Amino acid sequence: MTRRVVVLGVGNILLTDEGVGVHAVNALAEQFCLPDEVEVIDGGTSGMDCLDRIAEADLLLIADCMRGKRAPGTITRLGGEQIGAFFKTRISPHQVGLSDVFATLALHELSPKAIVMLGVEPKAITLGMDLSSEVSAILPDLVGALAAELVGFGVSVHPKAA
Amino acid sequence: MSTRITIDPITRIEGHLRVDVEVEGGKVTKAWSSGQMWRGVELILLGRDPRDAWAITQRICGVCTTVHAITSVRAVENALQLEVPLNAQYIRNMIISAHAIHDHIVHFYHLSALDWVDVVSALSADPGKTATLAQSLSNWPLNSKAVMVQTQEKLKAFVASGQLGPFAGGYWGHPAMKLPPEVNLLAVAHYLQALDIQRQANKIVTILGSKTPHIQNLAVGGVSNPIATDSQSVLTVDRLMAIKTQIDKLSDFVNQVYLVDVAAIGAFYADWTKHGAGVMNYLSAPDFPMDTKGTEFMVPGGYIPGGDLAAYKPIRSFGDDFLGKGVEESVKHSWYTYSKAGPLHPYQGETTPHYTDFQDDGKYSWLKSPTFYGARAQVGPLASVLNCVAAGHKPTIDYATKVLETVSSLAGAKVGLDAMHSTIGRHAARAIRCATMGDILAHNWQALIDNIGKGDVQTFNKPVFPKGEVVGYGFHEAPRGLLSHWTVIRDGKIANYQCVVPSTWNAGPRDESDTPGPYESSLLGNPVADTEKPLEVLRTIHSFDPCLACAVHVHDEETGEVVQVKAL
Repeated sequence: MTRRVVVLGVGNILLTDEGVGVHAVNALAEQFCLPDEVEVIDGGTSGMDCLDRIAEADLLLIADCMRGKRAPGTITRLGGEQIGAFFKTRISPHQVGLSDVFATLALHELSPKAIVMLGVEPKAITLGMDLSSEVSAILPDLVGALAAELVGFGVSVHPKAA
Repeated sequence: MSTRITIDPITRIEGHLRVDVEVEGGKVTKAWSSGQMWRGVELILLGRDPRDAWAITQRICGVCTTVHAITSVRAVENALQLEVPLNAQYIRNMIISAHAIHDHIVHFYHLSALDWVDVVSALSADPGKTATLAQSLSNWPLNSKAVMVQTQEKLKAFVASGQLGPFAGGYWGHPAMKLPPEVNLLAVAHYLQALDIQRQANKIVTILGSKTPHIQNLAVGGVSNPIATDSQSVLTVDRLMAIKTQIDKLSDFVNQVYLVDVAAIGAFYADWTKHGAGVMNYLSAPDFPMDTKGTEFMVPGGYIPGGDLAAYKPIRSFGDDFLGKGVEESVKHSWYTYSKAGPLHPYQGETTPHYTDFQDDGKYSWLKSPTFYGARAQVGPLASVLNCVAAGHKPTIDYATKVLETVSSLAGAKVGLDAMHSTIGRHAARAIRCATMGDILAHNWQALIDNIGKGDVQTFNKPVFPKGEVVGYGFHEAPRGLLSHWTVIRDGKIANYQCVVPSTWNAGPRDESDTPGPYESSLLGNPVADTEKPLEVLRTIHSFDPCLACAVHVHDEETGEVVQVKAL
């Protein structure tokens, strides 16, 4: 069976920086040639709808907006144990979110084999379709970091010819 | 003395809902429903190209992506009086029926069954007896003893791992939990199987909509799926044939499992047919247009005042004046201000936030309060099913009869249509509607195949925007009920846009005349055995399938909790 890598961008693009993950994965797909084993999903704010494609992925790479009282635009990487702890303790008002998808997959023994999450500290989460200047400025770094994660996982990633 | 309970947030729903109740003598005496998120998406749309509105509105909510997209193109098409080619209607109908099946199954098994099913109790069930019971109710092949044993082992291992996951936070052992262990185990088995089935439904949406969760194939004037009989890259007969297999699997599950489970659980909770009626004015939209103009629908819709089916009045076509002229929204108890007094029609609708604190007798919600000719109305599958019955829609009547007969035989007492005006009735209605969706999906699949067979491959009529102002509204009978988008288009740009969503109808606060909404009035008289564990309140609220379209979900690394954001 061939390997499956899923790159999932989550967030709401109608709420400025909240949508940074979606903008990042779309930019990744535009700027890089990705092999067939990689599937890029604009997950928006959907949970269960993405479940089918996350199931049994060898690597699930998530790009999202993440608050950690850091400077706006700071990129944080969570992986391995951090991911488990992060999602296990969360009691979400949006209960159909990612943590529930993971819990449901665990129940069905379909969990992704590895999960890495790249989170960006937002500047603003107000109504609007444009990123703040701070977050917009680091978007190329985030896209680069996503590509680097793929390379680190042994995926061949090449920039598209300009 | 009454006790005040605040449940904030209501869990296992999409979005952020707060419910407050006053309990006296074990019953709810007063209730408030408060949407805690501001949905100001309408403002983003101002000045934009109406052809882009659907792609933006489908981002309002993570669950209802498809339904907002469909309603938006219908609103713009209505403003332009634009007809939609038959193939496009059939493809849209297949997408929305497949989506509805997916949504209803997820709601029942994954979001609300845990209000009625005690997962921990399932651990002590006898798998053999469970299988015998299940096989007496249905021919579903996955009701065997081996399946039940396997389910119980899986559940044991999961609970032992300490990771309760989707089962965390349930009220296990609550005195209001009434199912025997065997029925609990049966429900858990089907909970697990439902997951595979909803994936099948999602595959249909993915193939037709080109992508999920955000479909890509819509266009004002039709769909962008080119149809061909030979190319690989477009919608081909081969791909349509593959969909048929998924359609059949879905129908089997809905008929042999979902309908039966709802009837069985309903029979054990017969007392819940007496609670939760609330507002008995029922409003639903007709849907599944089978002509290009939107005047012939597979499912009827209309209005039933005061629960009197004989007083049913139909809504007949896209743009129908009966619906179009009857809707207003009040903000007397909502965190908005209007530039003039009284409620406003959506074409004149305004979205100006004005936050105060939670004021019991003043403003207390981000939701507006819609009315239909001045009255509150309940929307959702129950409203749709009752309107269908009133209109003599045979498939609905047949499925409703089947469910009520099963309930009656299990309960050992005659349970009639009147029992539907209740908390448990809303679950039964959702299952009945889900079964009709299976037939509609199959019917539209055949209609599409036949129409392509005639040589018609048209899927799109080009929209032309006139100079000056046009207005229009689109409706869709979405999984949570009547959804409408209202737009004013000036010189080809959006001048106003308002979404009146199902949860606004149901979850909205008191209105201009201080009349409580459907959530609020349905809670009155609800029993509450333990004010520390208000399971019964959740039962009634979840029966509406709340979806508080907001969909913010910023991860908070510090506390591990989701940050609440008020976009002010």
